[in-house]
Amino acid sequence: MTLALTDVTVRYGDTAAVDDVSLELEPGQVLAVLGPSGCGKSTLLRAVAGLEPLSAGAIAWDGADLAGVPTHKRGFALMFQDGQLFGHLSVARNVAYALRIRRTPSARVAARVRELLALVGLRGYGDRLPGTLSGGERQRVALARALAVEPRLILLDEPLSALDATLRERLAGDLRSILHDAGTTALLVTHDHEEAFALADRLAVMRAGRVVQAGAIDEVWREPVDEDTALFLGYARVLREDAAARVLSAAGLPPAYAVALRRSALVVDPAGAVRATVESARVTPEQVRLVVVADGIGEVDAVAPLGSRLSPGDAVALHVDVTRLAVLPITAEG
Amino acid sequence: MRRIAGLLLLAAGPVLVLGVLFVLPVTGMVAEGFLVDGRLAPGAVLDVLARPRVHRVAWFTVWTSSVATLLAVVLGLPAAYALHRLALPGRTAVRAALLVPFVLPTVVVGVAFRQLLGEGGPLGSLGLDGTPVAIICGLVFFNVAVVVRTVGAAWESLDPRPGQAAAALGASPWQVLRTVTLPALRPAIVGSASIVFLFCATAFGIVLTLGGVRYSSVETEIYLLTTTIFDLQAAAALSVLQIVVVVGLLALAARLRATPDPTAQRVVAPVRAVRRSDAAVVAATLLVLGAMLLPILTLVLGSLSVGDGWGLANYRALTTAGDDQALLVPVTTALLTSLRTAVDATWMALLVGVVVSVIVTRRSHSVAERRVRSTLDGFFMLPLGVSAVTLGFGFLITLDQPPLDLRDSPLLVPMAQALVALPLVVRTLTPVLGSIDDRQRQAAASLGASAWRTLLTVDLPVAWKPVLAASGFAFAASLGEFGATSFLARDDSPTLPVVIFRLIGHPGEMNYGMALAASVVLAVATAVVVLAVERLRVPGLGAF
Repeated sequence: MTLALTDVTVRYGDTAAVDDVSLELEPGQVLAVLGPSGCGKSTLLRAVAGLEPLSAGAIAWDGADLAGVPTHKRGFALMFQDGQLFGHLSVARNVAYALRIRRTPSARVAARVRELLALVGLRGYGDRLPGTLSGGERQRVALARALAVEPRLILLDEPLSALDATLRERLAGDLRSILHDAGTTALLVTHDHEEAFALADRLAVMRAGRVVQAGAIDEVWREPVDEDTALFLGYARVLREDAAARVLSAAGLPPAYAVALRRSALVVDPAGAVRATVESARVTPEQVRLVVVADGIGEVDAVAPLGSRLSPGDAVALHVDVTRLAVLPITAEG
Repeated sequence: MRRIAGLLLLAAGPVLVLGVLFVLPVTGMVAEGFLVDGRLAPGAVLDVLARPRVHRVAWFTVWTSSVATLLAVVLGLPAAYALHRLALPGRTAVRAALLVPFVLPTVVVGVAFRQLLGEGGPLGSLGLDGTPVAIICGLVFFNVAVVVRTVGAAWESLDPRPGQAAAALGASPWQVLRTVTLPALRPAIVGSASIVFLFCATAFGIVLTLGGVRYSSVETEIYLLTTTIFDLQAAAALSVLQIVVVVGLLALAARLRATPDPTAQRVVAPVRAVRRSDAAVVAATLLVLGAMLLPILTLVLGSLSVGDGWGLANYRALTTAGDDQALLVPVTTALLTSLRTAVDATWMALLVGVVVSVIVTRRSHSVAERRVRSTLDGFFMLPLGVSAVTLGFGFLITLDQPPLDLRDSPLLVPMAQALVALPLVVRTLTPVLGSIDDRQRQAAASLGASAWRTLLTVDLPVAWKPVLAASGFAFAASLGEFGATSFLARDDSPTLPVVIFRLIGHPGEMNYGMALAASVVLAVATAVVVLAVERLRVPGLGAF
């Protein structure tokens, strides 16, 4: 039971929204396709759902080609960014939708709906109409509705991005445990790397219709293939040539052409090897964030522990945290 | 308080116009029924309503209108889908073509169907001429466009994603249609059906030309009672009955009409390529299109047939007054009268309609203001609810003495036509003006724009096209107006529809040929105006 995409291409006129994409997904895994808006990730998801015809390539489930299998016969549930609950049906009827389509006996339907609403933490919401729910509640109902008939694959289109920050964090945890407990195989597309990390086991980074990197999530995270990918994964800056070599030598690593740094890769430490001057300092709940000009490196980000009294012009010494940088496998031409 | 005062000041003009040209005639007509020798006598009205003939007429109106409405909806739905959601080749042209029957003068439609179904016509062997079936066909022909337009516009802006969500949950296309799409379209379907029923129940020209004296609806019965039998009291009683029923229906339609949900995304969904599974829908659409074209084609061919051959003799005869002096003036003169009248009616309808639309779409700042606005909104929609015949009749009996002696005014007919066209103008403008987010105006105001400047920079750029479209619509409606005009047009200056009706009532082959030719001329004139308007691509044009 695997989903396999082979050289999938979707064209709109002359432009390829999805360009020659190959991916695989094992049972029980959650794969996140991460990319900026307009990179073709939603089109890819819709192609898997059977809502976009392929221009070339194939999508297969368990070795069987899905070309010609209409959406409603694929057995994949699709959860939209904004839930797309049916406004004229109650929450219970929404959740029961797929069950009723399959003519499940009504006693079983009622039991399953209760079970699913409990799973997503909405016990007793059955008689409400979608219009009366908050954004987070609507997404929970949409999830329950998608899970109702135990789909062999669940497709998630930015499931959390319509929600505000605190709600997103809470629902991300719930969503992950619900998906894992149910053993559901899922394909998720998102532009938010936090959302991808919160939910997925595997990650594919997509840009301009192409998958530029794919792998286990921590692997991709540690070894982004190029500058754009690194920046997209939340690295703050990419240094090249001498600046890169200096940072790497301070960290005790062999020199390389380019290195991506997280905001916290340089830490204020009197014993540190890098000398710098503070440009600006800003207090956040967890640490003091600095922008410094480091000798031979230039402007970079750094952090200091809370309580450090630093102001622009102060000289500081910085220590390089090797777990917070990534050497990029690119050269001057790349 | 100042806002409400300003609002009432702005509304004073349209209210006065409607008061004199609408409320006065209609109350005058009602009074005619209820007052006998200056005393209130409601019993007489009840007596009229108890007549068996009145029952027959009322029942005939109800059942033909119901059947016609049902057919219009059943035929309109597949066409609405195919023309708004499928990438059919030439679909914009077909959409435009389907708008034409709706604005075609009723008299022309009547003549076309007689030509089609009458003896010697292509479908003459069916023996449908002069039967209720012919009337129903005419009504359906006229009203399918309303369903296609209204439901099509709703279908076009329907978010496709709930349907896709349902498909992903395992619903087959048929199940998606039944459980997701139709519930979402229900307001549009019910709304268009109630409007179509209204149009059918108050149809005048079609029933009069196709039903003759054997079949009469409430509307034609009022006409016969006033002009032939001179039983004004019975006519007034029927008018009252009609007003009550129609206003009730309108109120119902207004409640059922889709209230736009500001949170819903109004997207125009991309059309999708035609698949083999769409064959039935496409076939149904072609059938509807064919049924629309057939009467028009027959009409054109009929106008070109002379004796045993073809020729333009019927058209050349339009400069004459017909066989046996059937007319007082040549048809060409009547055409000029029609155009002049339509110009006058258009500017009047536009003047009042724009002010009304601005009044009813501005956002209210207080409960009292909202009440005033919604009252005005309902008041200005009243002309839609009163039949043209009642209006013409009312004009005739109330605007005939000083200070309002308008009988000989050349503006009498345009005024009546403007009132008939007013709801059309308001219905075209209000959705557009209402769709402008009020925050745009607030943003303009916060940047220092005066109220006048805001109107100029926010409303006008959005509204000029709909205003132009509304004037085209009003012009076309006025060109074809027959109900009120047939009462009010003076014998020496008739409009084209009046002349056509007179021609088909006079014996003589030449007269009939001239009626066909004149119908083609009138149809072409309205079609040209409407197709020009259609090119403006105003959303929801012709949708009620």
